[in-house]
Amino acid sequence: MSAVQTLVALLRDPERADAVDPAHWTEVLAVARAETLAGTLAHRLAGLALPDLVAGALAEARIDADEARRTALWEANRVALALRPLGHPVILLKGTALVAAGLAAGQGRGIGDCDILLPRKLLDHAEKLLVDAGWEWMKSDPYDDLYYRQWMHELPPLVHGERGRMVDVHHTILPLTARPTPDAQALIVDAEVLEGGLAVLCHTDMIVHAAAHLFADGELAGGLRNLWDIHALIEERGMEGLKARAARHGLSSAVDRALRLTHAVYGTTVPPRWQRLTMIDRLYRRRMMARDEWGRERHKTLRAVFYIRSHLIRMPLPMLIRHLWIKWRKGKAASGLG
Amino acid sequence: MRHRITLRVGPVGFRIGSDWHALIAALDALYRDYPRPAFADYSVRLEAISPWRRWVRPSVRVAGDYWLADASPLPLAQGLLAAEMGMNLQVALGHRRHLLLHAAVVARGDRAILMSGVSGAGKSTLALMLSQRGWRFLGDEFAMIDPDTGLAHPFPRPVSLKNESLSLIPEGYRVGPLLTGTPKGDVRHVAPPAAAIAAMDQPAKPALLIFPRFGFPAALTGLAPTETFMRLTQASTNYVAMGESGFQALTRLRAQVPAVALDYPDGEAGVAAVEALWEAL
Amino acid sequence: MAGPRYRAAAASLLIVEPLDMFTAVFHRPSGVTHLLNEPAPQILEALADEALDMGALLARLAQTYDLADADGSAVLQARLAELEAAGLVERV
Repeated sequence: MSAVQTLVALLRDPERADAVDPAHWTEVLAVARAETLAGTLAHRLAGLALPDLVAGALAEARIDADEARRTALWEANRVALALRPLGHPVILLKGTALVAAGLAAGQGRGIGDCDILLPRKLLDHAEKLLVDAGWEWMKSDPYDDLYYRQWMHELPPLVHGERGRMVDVHHTILPLTARPTPDAQALIVDAEVLEGGLAVLCHTDMIVHAAAHLFADGELAGGLRNLWDIHALIEERGMEGLKARAARHGLSSAVDRALRLTHAVYGTTVPPRWQRLTMIDRLYRRRMMARDEWGRERHKTLRAVFYIRSHLIRMPLPMLIRHLWIKWRKGKAASGLG
Repeated sequence: MRHRITLRVGPVGFRIGSDWHALIAALDALYRDYPRPAFADYSVRLEAISPWRRWVRPSVRVAGDYWLADASPLPLAQGLLAAEMGMNLQVALGHRRHLLLHAAVVARGDRAILMSGVSGAGKSTLALMLSQRGWRFLGDEFAMIDPDTGLAHPFPRPVSLKNESLSLIPEGYRVGPLLTGTPKGDVRHVAPPAAAIAAMDQPAKPALLIFPRFGFPAALTGLAPTETFMRLTQASTNYVAMGESGFQALTRLRAQVPAVALDYPDGEAGVAAVEALWEAL
Repeated sequence: MAGPRYRAAAASLLIVEPLDMFTAVFHRPSGVTHLLNEPAPQILEALADEALDMGALLARLAQTYDLADADGSAVLQARLAELEAAGLVERV
């Protein structure tokens, strides 16, 4: 088995760790780190008898994940404090939401920025409150800034001056330029309130968001990790009402594909209609599993195809050309200076 | 990767892959006395920056499990330096089992001196000179402090000596090729004595903490607790990432081990001052 | 008019290591180490057991420290704001 296949097999069935030899463990760790799944793997394998050296390396991944969790929860706490005057709960998204809600999907997970969702009409006020509380703008380029505000589903990223952590304030879960238009109102109204001025999306919306993020909002890099989120969410709390919810947000095809893939890759419990892959699904799976035993991405052509595709999904074609043109001109200008 | 070697330094196993056989052969020679384990904690990749740069003006990019986006590639002739950077990077960014301090470590019996300083403070040279005078060499880059026991674990990788220090290479030590014109000037790697490598699984208890500075008139200064604390946090590459156990390990080290700042004009004077401090403990 | 009342983060959330004129405080929820000097550690101590407003805090500290002049209140206000931003003190 290739290292990435072993990684997936171990996440599915930790007992198989017995059969992995030391040299292959080295490869599995390299791939797990490249996929930001090392902490998840460490949590899945906790308590099993492993060779000492392997256990030591996995313990490091657990320490990292614990720190990521601590930092993410604290950042959420600070954001909620700063935004208290809004009188509206701060809806956490992605990794921060998973750990704040204490979900299995959050165990061992690496967490980057603090992504939050707020009603669009509160965004200007939220931005002012964050800036007053020590967050600073990172993008100084006027084109990028305008692009974010006008077309993306978020404020330009803000970084806290002292802690150096980034907060992304969204008002929906997909860019306005993308063709599916999720029902932002429903996301917000049905969010589940936690303590401390925080909230998370309801269970089905979390899955819908993860699926949207997996296919519509990225290049499928890190796809195995995002797919694991979906797997763990379904295994923990089922998928009742998911189909209707996906339809409501116009994201049925993304959710359907995510369900077929998570069943095929991780063996997620799903009804029979999602247990067969289409031809295109197979291409996606191949793209997700494209890492060699050193953790490097393989299939460069396939990657390029997916990059163009992911841009197409985010923007209608004339806009894409305009965006790439401006980016290209800026690139030329920058290299001319250097 | 076409060519590879797996080797262990102290508690850390490295798998190093390269597009060039010559580079792996050079590592194999320099690290001859180190174990070749089956399992490695981290992978380092020494890759050609593009397929044709394997052959034409061959250029090495350092990558691995952990890497820096803005690291510049090195010419193949400086491949050993690239390997050293790659290995250091994995430890600095990935290692969490010990609190890491930028420090050279030597020991007498089971008690150790930690000499912490920035690059150029002379800690490598001091450690190498002390290793010729009956001190056990535990490392010249990272002191690895076990958060549970407070003990310093050896990480005795080869020392890279630079420029004017090259004349201090002791007789009979295994050396790598002379690398000229590197970003750090002329560099040559020196493997620690075989006995130090053989003892690299034996930790030692920190007994003295020195912050040396090379090239200044001789001076010895005691340090207030806060200053020692600050200097230790600055010397650590993983203090923040270690969280609470990092704080505990660092405050314990600070509380239990006497600390001094030592300025010294040259190697001889430095060695004499360190040994005098040891005698006075 | 009574101002807001303040309380220190629970003792179980802090590891306090007195050094010299500084005190190192590890704050568990954030993982941040703070180096505090007078009067910050004393403020934390005074607010450890009960929530106090500015006036009561000033009176408490004045029993042991020389803070009671006009500047004392301003200094205290500034330190308190820093401690609150760091999460070491919160309003109740």
